[in-house]
Amino acid sequence: MELSLLLIKGLIIFAVFGITLLIATYSTYAERKVAAFIQDRVGPNRAGPFGLAQPLADAVKLFFKEEFVPANANKFLFIAGPSLAMLTACMSSAVIPFGGTLIIGGEAIHLQAIEVNIGILYVFGIVALGVYGIMIGGWASNNKFSLLGAIRAASQNISYELAMGMSIIALLLVTGTLSMRDIAAQQGQELFGISGLNWNIFYQPVGFLIFIICAFAETNRVPFDLPECETELVGGYHTEYSSMGMGLYLFAEYVNIFVASAVMATLYFGGYNFPFMHQLGLPHNVVTILGTVVLFAKIFFFIFFFMWVRWTLPRFRYDQLMNLGWKILIPLSILNVIVTGGAILLKAELF
Amino acid sequence: MQSLSNRAKKLEKKPMNFSERMYLPAIFQGLSITMRHFFKKKATIKYPEETRPMSAVWRGLHVLKRDEKGRERCTACGLCAVACPAEAITMVAGERKRGEENLYREEKYAISYEINMLRCIFCGLCEEACPKAAIFLQNDKVAPARYERDEFIYGKDRLVEPMPIQNL
Repeated sequence: MELSLLLIKGLIIFAVFGITLLIATYSTYAERKVAAFIQDRVGPNRAGPFGLAQPLADAVKLFFKEEFVPANANKFLFIAGPSLAMLTACMSSAVIPFGGTLIIGGEAIHLQAIEVNIGILYVFGIVALGVYGIMIGGWASNNKFSLLGAIRAASQNISYELAMGMSIIALLLVTGTLSMRDIAAQQGQELFGISGLNWNIFYQPVGFLIFIICAFAETNRVPFDLPECETELVGGYHTEYSSMGMGLYLFAEYVNIFVASAVMATLYFGGYNFPFMHQLGLPHNVVTILGTVVLFAKIFFFIFFFMWVRWTLPRFRYDQLMNLGWKILIPLSILNVIVTGGAILLKAELF
Repeated sequence: MQSLSNRAKKLEKKPMNFSERMYLPAIFQGLSITMRHFFKKKATIKYPEETRPMSAVWRGLHVLKRDEKGRERCTACGLCAVACPAEAITMVAGERKRGEENLYREEKYAISYEINMLRCIFCGLCEEACPKAAIFLQNDKVAPARYERDEFIYGKDRLVEPMPIQNL
């Protein structure tokens, strides 16, 4: 019994890891396609049908390039940087519930790699570690552009993590739990008589707005991609990187986007819940599988949104970035916490 | 300062109102614009599979035609060189020897015939000037890019139509 449980857990962890990497791989393809479509072009279409083998070709190219380490770089840290970025990016998808429970042979199996009762804190801790990969890589390159990029990344991530944490605190006041699975399950309740529509976005719209802005900043995406700002800093923190070092940084960015999308979908957009999920009268396992599909649809939408915004908005100036973070988002998120707390107290008083 | 034309408009730089300062409406406007472009018809022509449609009267690379028996039509009269506004055509005339009747149609023929494709403006006046219907501008071939300038001087080897197979 124990062994089979272990086997199932291992299988789910393996699947989550594989899916994360697969989605990150095809995000590079999707990014280029979305960019092309928005700019009235057709994008990569030569490698395989519709260019679907493009990510493979890119990976092969990166693997065969020379792994160049600058003469005055700290060799250990130079390699540790991208490795750490990739490691932290891959770790954070472990606690995301990718579905409800499958009941097989009387056993309820949670479609989640690891259940920890502080899931959100785990995600935040790992995401906060992610900046070390950029910091170390940028510093170890011994290049002023890399160092500037690394410094920008560090200060930007610290500034926006505050607002992000605050927006999450308001959410936690509503949900009353730190477990990702419980938060996802709570959103499956009824709202206006529609089951599976008790999404947190209806309780925390401002919190979600703050969260999504901070998610853009945390993943170093346009309009907050100042760490790799190629117009000012050549390539930012990965100026000196070639071959798979560069590949890992780029890949880590896409894994981060996937994780950020999954967290947003889980925390605010109902996770694996979909409207009328319990009123359709479908078997439990079917509902679970449908829920997983719906969750991935939500995740893909958010990944698309990341790309959509990237090819729409120009980059912030650094002082604008800091003004937005410290003078607008943090006060707004504190206000959001206060209003949410007041509303919860008022509700307790009235009902 | 006094305006001379009275057409100058005085612009007022108003402070931004709340929705403008929030930037969110502007961002959504931008997103809707890019989304419209997302579904627009793409301008790309996928070259090796599709080619750009060419006009029926499009003038491309020259060809020196042969007649129905495979003999060169050109008699090196030089009218094309005279007609050429870009002075791209030069030729050397020669007399047909005995036994060459199957190669050249008339007693006089062009020993060398060169067109400088860098000078040529593809106007087609040579085609109009030719009394023997020997030179034509094809509508399906272009003079391709090359690395050296002298490669653009097309001699008879590249201009004369290949011999029809039944005459070989």
